[in-house]
Amino acid sequence: MSLTPLRLGYVPLTDAAPLIVAAELGFAAEEGLSLDLIRLQSWAQSRDSLGMGGIDAAHMLVPLPIAQGLGLGPAYPRFDLVMVLSVGGQAICVSAALAGAMRDHGHGFGFGDPVAARQALAAVVPGALRVGVPFPFSTQAELVRRWLAGSDLDRRLSIRTVPPPLMADALATGEVDAFCVGEPWASYAVERGLGALVLAGRSIWASPPEKGLVLTRDFAEGRPEETGRLMRAVWRACRWLDVAENRATAAEILSRPDYLNLPPELSERGLMDRLHLSAQGEVRQYPGFIRFHQGAANFPWRSLAALFARRIARLHGLDEGAAMGAGMACFRTDLYRQHLRAAGADLPGASARVEGAMAHPTAVASEKGEIILGSDAFFDGETFEPPFVGR
Amino acid sequence: MNPLSIIVVEQDRDRALRIVDGIMASGDHAVTVISEPTGLARRTAELQPDIVLIDVADPSRDVLEELALASGPLERPVAMFVDRSDEQLTRAAIEAGVSAYVVNGLQPERIKPILDAAIARFHMVQKMRAELAATKAALEDRKIIDRAKAILMKARGIDEEAAYALLRKTAMDQNRRMADIAQQLVMAAGLLT
Repeated sequence: MSLTPLRLGYVPLTDAAPLIVAAELGFAAEEGLSLDLIRLQSWAQSRDSLGMGGIDAAHMLVPLPIAQGLGLGPAYPRFDLVMVLSVGGQAICVSAALAGAMRDHGHGFGFGDPVAARQALAAVVPGALRVGVPFPFSTQAELVRRWLAGSDLDRRLSIRTVPPPLMADALATGEVDAFCVGEPWASYAVERGLGALVLAGRSIWASPPEKGLVLTRDFAEGRPEETGRLMRAVWRACRWLDVAENRATAAEILSRPDYLNLPPELSERGLMDRLHLSAQGEVRQYPGFIRFHQGAANFPWRSLAALFARRIARLHGLDEGAAMGAGMACFRTDLYRQHLRAAGADLPGASARVEGAMAHPTAVASEKGEIILGSDAFFDGETFEPPFVGR
Repeated sequence: MNPLSIIVVEQDRDRALRIVDGIMASGDHAVTVISEPTGLARRTAELQPDIVLIDVADPSRDVLEELALASGPLERPVAMFVDRSDEQLTRAAIEAGVSAYVVNGLQPERIKPILDAAIARFHMVQKMRAELAATKAALEDRKIIDRAKAILMKARGIDEEAAYALLRKTAMDQNRRMADIAQQLVMAAGLLT
């Protein structure tokens, strides 16, 4: 049987695992696909490659297709997010100097308390706080803004864009005081003795969607057969990745020179829920640090799109209602239902929900009975109700 | 016409010089080369360029994206990708491997010659790189085949021509490249001595 070739772009990060595993472990071949994985250097390059047809699908920051849909990028065909690839996996890292000062101030580095970490940081940062994030439209930017909102640091916050592999260098050269990035790039800075981890992304928001599988709308609608096969292959890879005993194997595969090109020991930390906070080797267990599948992680809730769209609209002076509508339209719950039902995905009864309402894992109605959604609370207790959407 | 202020972000000095030459040939412009990714945001803000040219695959591009979004529509530098009005030019630029951040409001007729020059230079540099890589690979092959021949001549007491013929026959029989067979032979010989 000859395989249909598809070109997939990814940026070297732990959360590119679903695409890499789909290609390496035969999930793609099982669906009659051969995946050509193309390593990209920046999110702008990922966006341009997809927009220009250099790749068929991309591993992309969840808010990026929304921003494109709002006209905040080059004029390319519409992008659609057909499934979420990962939830969590981000960490906040402060410079070694700030970490030392926080320690002297009595901060215990619990890794799970945003308010304590924020207070300790505010006490030791003399003036402006420059925080690096990977892209203006990223879950990391949302996490940092939310974490510091309403605090003393809010007015002093300056968010800077730094590509993930260069985060550690930006800390080393003093361009930023702290950063929020996906693994393994936070652990990479820790390993080099440049900084210490203070928080997991999930401590700020229990279910922060991080990367999605993004296609042009022309491809997703014009080539439904390939779209479905790709989604099923990647969905099965995600399911495989959330079996605990597979995580060490995943770390080995990801770390190869072709992919992340780093020691497996680094990518293993996030995947095995064992983070080293500092070069001195303080280890914290963080169960479920990154999820690829459990808790209906792959479902592209339209309410998530609305939440990011509202934030982007506020920052760029756009109409909030229109932005939320445009954002929700590019989260393709319809394609998710259409293509993944056959693979055995249990499908929630609704396509949107109140974000931040579940402090604990909660069972909700689904086609097969009920599915357990992971908790999705924001540390500040906010809830977000999206505009009404039908199924 | 006022000269335009142009930034070229490029770490490779030779490549940067070629691109600058190409741009200067299209008109009298003030061209600055930035070779370090650190401080790119600060320097770009200081220099207030009309156009920033950068390799499509350069990781620092995301920093420029931030600058492009941060400034209001009538401020400088409102770098906003390649001019939205000319999709063909955008496509040509990106295919040639150059992305251009152009200040909004700059006349298209002023952008085009510069971009054309940059596109031509990026094309040329890419071609030269490919040629260089091919030449290097050929030299490597040459070296390894010479070593394999020497090993065969010594081990089997045959002359150079016979050693070469043996290597070539083995490669053909196995449907492999001669350099690959030579590589294996050299490695195996290394293990045996």
